[in-house]
Amino acid sequence: MGIIQQIAFVLVLAIAGYFLFQRITRIRKNILLGRRETHNDHSSERFKNMMLVAFGQQKMFKKIIPAFLHFLIYVGFIVINLEVLEFVLDGIFGTHRIFAPTLGSFYTIPINIFEFLAVAVIISCVAFLIRRNLLNIKRFQARELTKWPKMDANIILIVEIVLMFAILTMNAIDQILQDRPDTHYPETGTLFFSSLLIPLFEGMSTSALVMIERFAWWFHIIGILAFAVYVTYSKHLHIFMAFPNTYYARLTPKGKMDNMPAVTKEVQIMLGAQTDTGDGADEEVGRFGAKDINDLDWRDIMGAYACTECGRCTAECPANQTGKKLSPRKIMMDTRDRAEEVGFSLQKGGKGLEDGKSLLDNYIQREEINACTSCNACVEACPININPLSIIMQTRRYVAMEEAQSPASWNAMFSNIENNFAPWKFAPTDRFNWANELKRETSSNEKNAQE
Amino acid sequence: MENVNSNTKYIDVPTMADMAAQGTEPEILFWVGCAGSFDDRYKRVTKAFVKILNEVGVKFAVLGPEESCTGDPARRAGNEFLFQMQAATNIEVLNGYNIQKIVTACPHCFNTIKNEYPELGGDYEVIHHSTFLQQLINEGRIKMQGGGTFKGKKITYHDSCFLGRANNIYEAPRQVLESLDADLVEMKRCRTKGFCCGAGGAQMFKDAEPGKKEVNIDRTEEALSTGANTIAVACPFCMTMMSDGVKNKNKEAEVQVKDLAELIAENKKL
Repeated sequence: MGIIQQIAFVLVLAIAGYFLFQRITRIRKNILLGRRETHNDHSSERFKNMMLVAFGQQKMFKKIIPAFLHFLIYVGFIVINLEVLEFVLDGIFGTHRIFAPTLGSFYTIPINIFEFLAVAVIISCVAFLIRRNLLNIKRFQARELTKWPKMDANIILIVEIVLMFAILTMNAIDQILQDRPDTHYPETGTLFFSSLLIPLFEGMSTSALVMIERFAWWFHIIGILAFAVYVTYSKHLHIFMAFPNTYYARLTPKGKMDNMPAVTKEVQIMLGAQTDTGDGADEEVGRFGAKDINDLDWRDIMGAYACTECGRCTAECPANQTGKKLSPRKIMMDTRDRAEEVGFSLQKGGKGLEDGKSLLDNYIQREEINACTSCNACVEACPININPLSIIMQTRRYVAMEEAQSPASWNAMFSNIENNFAPWKFAPTDRFNWANELKRETSSNEKNAQE
Repeated sequence: MENVNSNTKYIDVPTMADMAAQGTEPEILFWVGCAGSFDDRYKRVTKAFVKILNEVGVKFAVLGPEESCTGDPARRAGNEFLFQMQAATNIEVLNGYNIQKIVTACPHCFNTIKNEYPELGGDYEVIHHSTFLQQLINEGRIKMQGGGTFKGKKITYHDSCFLGRANNIYEAPRQVLESLDADLVEMKRCRTKGFCCGAGGAQMFKDAEPGKKEVNIDRTEEALSTGANTIAVACPFCMTMMSDGVKNKNKEAEVQVKDLAELIAENKKL
């Protein structure tokens, strides 16, 4: 490779790096728009969760066929990226297959493994394209999965297929060139899958082959870099975010709702159990519950960036299954969309959160959050431990406590609890009536038995 | 008879106040819950459970008039203030009596007291009655004879979300049912994939949002399709929703919705 190619490569790398850095910084800022709660306790348990659920794909295996196909792509992604290391070194130093001479005949083995995985990735992606577009799978047909989200999924699958073909093409031609006397390509040994493509190119002139080989090489590396930037805008970001998301996921039983210490304090003051110190140091209570993304725990926004829009949550949601508007997947997509909107606005020096819009109402409708039965089916279903229920409950808190706009029958239930100490309107003095009834019933049974 | 109350003609229910006055403490506090106290159908579950405790000789007490809503529906509907007011009051009462161990038949009360009260100063050993019944059976304190009322009869168990997914209790209710010598048939959506009855998250207290079906009808259809003539539940909300579903399908003559405690009491002819 000439020096011009080397300069071009470093330039391409720098441009991609710049955009990637910009995006990562932006996403980090967007996530940190949320409340800065700390979740660093039980680090070994958290690490274990991350290894099992994200690295080990534990929860994917509830559905065996997609789990297997997904696993092939996952392993392919991780392992084939080792080859990218060689790409980058070759690009910078102007070498060709820098590891081939050093590794000698061993070099054939990793490259053959990469090729096997490339073929596995192609097969899996084709299967996923068919599942998504031809088979009538309900969770891929939902109302939130139109236009861009649908296109996003297809773009990812097609790009992955194309990139894998670029590798195979490059390797096929390389093998032809190794045998040509006028070139000095390092020996790779026989590469099983790509050698099947050799007949397609065999008759071509050496210069044409070199051209195509270079094209495939550039196509692959630019493709990967572009994809890396694209991923930050895409649902495909889960490939990175799944790791922090599983690490920071809740460790408590699913039934436990997050406490609100600010409310605890107020209640204690009201009951006279604690006096208001009035120092105001830790009094910073922005809002009760969540109206917008900045009211959410930051890890809920992180969850939104981790969401792959697979829709397993929605497929399990009882409200959604019975035709209600609620879709946990949409809750996560809305949260991410709102975070992106605010982020872009801030980037351009715009109004950000003060744009007159909010997550609740402009994205998530009240009818959606009201339909939730808090059954945790969505939480259980998520392969990477995202918790849509948390966002639903936080928005409910805003509606109930800041606006007092809960559905009328809920307000009635609230006043029953407040006045009668039960959600139903019964006299509290009747609470123990059942015991007297039991007394009567058992004594008459006794009488019957004696008669 | 081994019955601890064999001298009396009726079952008396001691309150914590009674016990405190006598200077004694119960083995367990039975947390009855609002449904268990007021709902006519669910009061039968409360009574069945008390009959079992009485029969087995578990020294228990209830709070009686001193009990109050745990605040679960308020919290799930978003009213954190009201929830915490309820929690603070209840914790004060419970701590006042130095309560250590609480058993309740309501998964919502169970979840709230077990998982949400500790952070607010209420730390107790909290047991759902399905686990408690299973323990009594395992310890041999509840003796189940084979060939009882339910021998060979088809029973399907409807998982309560607040027991199952919320607290990982899937097996205890099933083991209780197996002790009945019954033929336990599972619905397709069971255990971690259990389908909600539709009442959790304070849905019990308002009409459902518009949709194409009610959640409880969907679930009842699934339960009925197993061919079971008893739908076993372990939650007052599930009880109401499944009973309504069965009525809606005009099957109340053939299919019964029963709580675990009722099934045990019935089998033991209490």
